[in-house]
Amino acid sequence: MSTRDLARLDAGPRRAHRLVNRVLTYLFLVLVAVFFVVPVLWLLTAPFNRAPSFTVSLSQPTLQNFPDLFKNPYSASSLLNSAIYSLGSVVLVGGCAGFAAYALSRVEVPGRNLILIVLLLLSSVVTGSAAIVPLYFIAFNLHLIDTVPGVILLMSGGLLPAAIFILKDFMDGVPGSYEESARVFGANPLQILRDVVAPVVRPGLAVIAVWIFVNAWGNFLIPFVILRNPALDPASVQIFSFQTSGGQAVLRTAAAFALLYTLPAVVLYLVVQRRYGFRFYGGIKA
Amino acid sequence: MAQVRIEDLTVQFSGGTRALDRLDLAIEDGEFFALLGPSGCGKTTLLRTIAGLVLPSAGRVVIGDRDVTRLPPGDRNVAMVFQDYALYPHMTVAENIAYPLKVRRVERSRRQEMALSVGASLGLGELMERRPAQLSGGQQQRVALARAIATRPDVFLLDEPLSNLDARLRLEARTFLKRLQGELGITTVYVTHDQAEALAMAHRMAVMDRGVVRQVGTPVEVFQYPANLFVAQFTGSTPMNLLPARVDKGALTVGGRRLPFPSGSYRLREGDRVTVGVRPEYMDLSTVERHDGLPGRVAVVESLGVTSLVTLEGEGISFQVVVPENRAPRAGERGWAVADPARTLLYDDRGELIRAF
Repeated sequence: MSTRDLARLDAGPRRAHRLVNRVLTYLFLVLVAVFFVVPVLWLLTAPFNRAPSFTVSLSQPTLQNFPDLFKNPYSASSLLNSAIYSLGSVVLVGGCAGFAAYALSRVEVPGRNLILIVLLLLSSVVTGSAAIVPLYFIAFNLHLIDTVPGVILLMSGGLLPAAIFILKDFMDGVPGSYEESARVFGANPLQILRDVVAPVVRPGLAVIAVWIFVNAWGNFLIPFVILRNPALDPASVQIFSFQTSGGQAVLRTAAAFALLYTLPAVVLYLVVQRRYGFRFYGGIKA
Repeated sequence: MAQVRIEDLTVQFSGGTRALDRLDLAIEDGEFFALLGPSGCGKTTLLRTIAGLVLPSAGRVVIGDRDVTRLPPGDRNVAMVFQDYALYPHMTVAENIAYPLKVRRVERSRRQEMALSVGASLGLGELMERRPAQLSGGQQQRVALARAIATRPDVFLLDEPLSNLDARLRLEARTFLKRLQGELGITTVYVTHDQAEALAMAHRMAVMDRGVVRQVGTPVEVFQYPANLFVAQFTGSTPMNLLPARVDKGALTVGGRRLPFPSGSYRLREGDRVTVGVRPEYMDLSTVERHDGLPGRVAVVESLGVTSLVTLEGEGISFQVVVPENRAPRAGERGWAVADPARTLLYDDRGELIRAF
């Protein structure tokens, strides 16, 4: 027996083994894909079905669900409210985090990294349901219950630390010589921030803005707890109200509303992705 | 146009390290002045202190007749070119050059005009609408220079502006920069760790080591008469031969050989220990025995193009000689290295130059 024959004998079982491996891998991937794709398909079909159920089907196509949806007086207002809360958070968090991250990146504060990490840890508590009772009391004592600023401030408080943390990393990536050369030319700190640093970290700012928007847009707990007046409810709370008095979900309007509720986040993501490509330069540095 | 005076300047960092230690220096109006030294010697700190980016712990910085020690960088009327050029990536070449003028509230049409004329004078006319990322290293360097020139500063501060260029371009840029400085006549302080750059470009230079100035002089002075062993070792493209010697009956004993004293007369006593310093370029290699030559065996021959650098092993010492291209020996041959007595230096036991009188 030559060595080549030996190799062939050996190759048979090995090839079969590899084939089985492949089949199993793809089977697993298909299952994962189905798990994620089916809800999306439902979201794309159910709004256009006269009698949607929990299956993906377009048995009775119609556009009537959308006019019916807007018979509810709060459907349109809730989407507008969501936009106000989200954009308000973007402006507030983006602005504060921008200044804070720049300062933390450039000024040597003792224990700077510890401050950042503690802030980050606290923020996950602050936005979470664990702190909702104290948050409610704070909002109550500050007369922020049932107000627009109340919702924006509470949501922003939770998002700010992580935004500072991520933005600081982008700020760290701006060479110190950029600012020093501007200083030698006589630029003041605000000019440097506006003319040099902000344009250079613009991709970072875009990433942060989308992240804040999507988080605020999807936040249910804080508006649900803080608001009484249904005219102030955002879409995330409004979607909760598409049910009969018996607690049965009204899928026709709920599905149509869900689609409209999803679109802004997707569009925003696509626009920013197109413009900046979500290049995360600079990893997380300790 | 202005003189720059550094008086008793000390810079101490928060960690306690002393980057500059009671430094005094006067840079003349219109002079091209190089600060030369190894990394960590304080040359960049000195430059940044002149710019105002570093505040000194003690001492004064005077530009012209203004004490600028406590002035912010923007009020000193200096321009700085950074090692990485610090061009703003989101601005075009024209916008980069015009930015300092924008900061100084020069009106838009005027600053565009100035940016265009300065850019054109540095050969950037075709590139004004490009972004820095679309330029070569040499072009980026010229943009950085143009941006500095456009502010019409009293003093130019250049921090290793050639170190990011490749070797060939660096030579061109060197000539370009020297000519430019000559035409503009602006006082220029130039930081470099490359002794060849400093020798080639500067009118005068300061060699620094660990926060102090070890020698100030013209390139010729520094090259021919290094004031101490530090400067001697740091300057010159091939390291200076430094050989331990002893004064013995009117001659010098080097490596078991008696050699004549260099030209000039010295105040030395019998038995004094000295270091003989002579650059390889100032030594000649003889293939026949010479009583004034150091004998050795050729260990390595390195071709430098027009010349060759020959390393010889003698009795317990090794030394190097530069020979013309047609006279390079082969490894293993014997040779006698003869020092030019007019170019041979003696250093005392503290490493300071012993001056002949």
